[in-house]
Amino acid sequence: MSCSILCRQLTLRYGQHVAVEDLDAEIESGSLTALIGPNGAGKSTLLDAIVGNRAPVRGQIAVRNQGHGSIAYLPQHPQVDRSFPIDVAGLVAMGLWTRRGAWRRWRRQDREDVNHALETLGLVDHARRPISALSGGEFQRALFARILIQDARLILLDEPFAAVDEQTSYALQEIILRWHREGRTVMTVLHDLDLVRALFPEAMWLDRRKMAHGRTEAVLEDVQAVQDARENRRHKHVQVTTGAG
Amino acid sequence: MLIELLLAPFTEFEFMRRALLGCTALAVSATPVGVFLLLRRMSLAGEAIAHGILPGVAVAYVLSGLSVAGLTLGGLLGGLTVALLATWMSRTTILREDASLATLYLMAMALGVLLISSSGRNVDLFHLLFGGVLALDDASLGLLLSIAVITVVAMLLLHRPLTFESVDPGFMRVVSGRGPVIQSAFIILVVINLIAGFHALGTLLALGIMILPAASARMWSDRIGVIMVLAPVMAWCSAWFGLLLSYHVEAAAGPAIVGMAGAMFVLSLLLARRSKTDTRSSTRTWKGT
Repeated sequence: MSCSILCRQLTLRYGQHVAVEDLDAEIESGSLTALIGPNGAGKSTLLDAIVGNRAPVRGQIAVRNQGHGSIAYLPQHPQVDRSFPIDVAGLVAMGLWTRRGAWRRWRRQDREDVNHALETLGLVDHARRPISALSGGEFQRALFARILIQDARLILLDEPFAAVDEQTSYALQEIILRWHREGRTVMTVLHDLDLVRALFPEAMWLDRRKMAHGRTEAVLEDVQAVQDARENRRHKHVQVTTGAG
Repeated sequence: MLIELLLAPFTEFEFMRRALLGCTALAVSATPVGVFLLLRRMSLAGEAIAHGILPGVAVAYVLSGLSVAGLTLGGLLGGLTVALLATWMSRTTILREDASLATLYLMAMALGVLLISSSGRNVDLFHLLFGGVLALDDASLGLLLSIAVITVVAMLLLHRPLTFESVDPGFMRVVSGRGPVIQSAFIILVVINLIAGFHALGTLLALGIMILPAASARMWSDRIGVIMVLAPVMAWCSAWFGLLLSYHVEAAAGPAIVGMAGAMFVLSLLLARRSKTDTRSSTRTWKGT
């Protein structure tokens, strides 16, 4: 069973600043949604609230059908200490926490799953390398492999393709599509609107408040309309101030 | 001849055997905790807590003399107070964490020495600052062994969550929500092991047997499992050779032990070839950690 997310009049703060205001939205179970909007629009703050790291100042946020360990979250700047003496396989195996917890022994199946995840992300040759020796793209692949192991119903990704090369980006996109096909709910913060159009059936445009939410084409049309209107206003302003036309 | 040089002091004198037993307890208990203290970049916090023990034991000393129970309780309260104050200061003031910790340990040190020196017995001040590893009585040895048992059990239970929480606290917050519990349990382990270290090596050197072997072992390996085994072995060797040095040249035992740990660190620094970003790869199948 997958997870759905329900927000009712949700208001969130980031420090003293209101980051999200009066958000009413429902992310359907099994959907693949891109969360778009300008910098400071509250996208990352919203993901933080969904995983429970941030309490609402007003309103409600509910994750339905949420079982033990059913959320996987990849923040834009993960807090991983890359100087810690652990190898890539060890980092990926952290995803086993959701099924084995603190004390249960890892079984042969768990080890096979870790090896399979490393294989899927093209990291099998790097399994025994310390995480400090990975490039940015390899490290991001390792974090995706950890999510594979988590087997979460709800997957939240914040700018997952930032600072990775094109080849890695394609590989990670394939994994996201696979999660969608498996019926998991995936929500991803993105800035690249071409990628949003190509990959995501649903989109939510957030600019502190919800500006649009629905089929990606319709949302991007709204974005384009607002951008055109702004461009027209700017153009007229330039004409007035220079006395042109 | 060599064997006699290495073994004779321990076969001949009970106080040397007791000192080695106390140090063995510290090596299996305090050093693994020191490994995590080092890897979590909390060495300075450890230093502040170690100094925070001093005013606690000073108050206990003024009230009850050199009683093991009194000093332990005083040290526990002092160490936990500094740990809580450090957390509070780093959250509520504009001072950076290192500055908060430095101010705390300077104040704790000054207060502790002031309290002890005002009692008028400087010999006891030396004992509290540098410990009495060659004079471990039954009560002290019992305490060290008890703390070692508690710590080994706790570290076995905490190893996985503590490792994961050290690698990625954000991940653990989402999947378990027990980050604060793990952190608190770890701080309690740090405090009780610093108290064990205090009984043998004094407040000034207690951290030495935790951090120096951990730092040396880190030089040799990029694997937490290897470091967790290597560091206690290095701590135990430092204790053995430190006690021998102290016996043969009549040096103070605590500084000799920590000095040996320091020499091992310098050797590791010079000889360990492993760089921080070893890029060697292996195609071996992963068998688990």
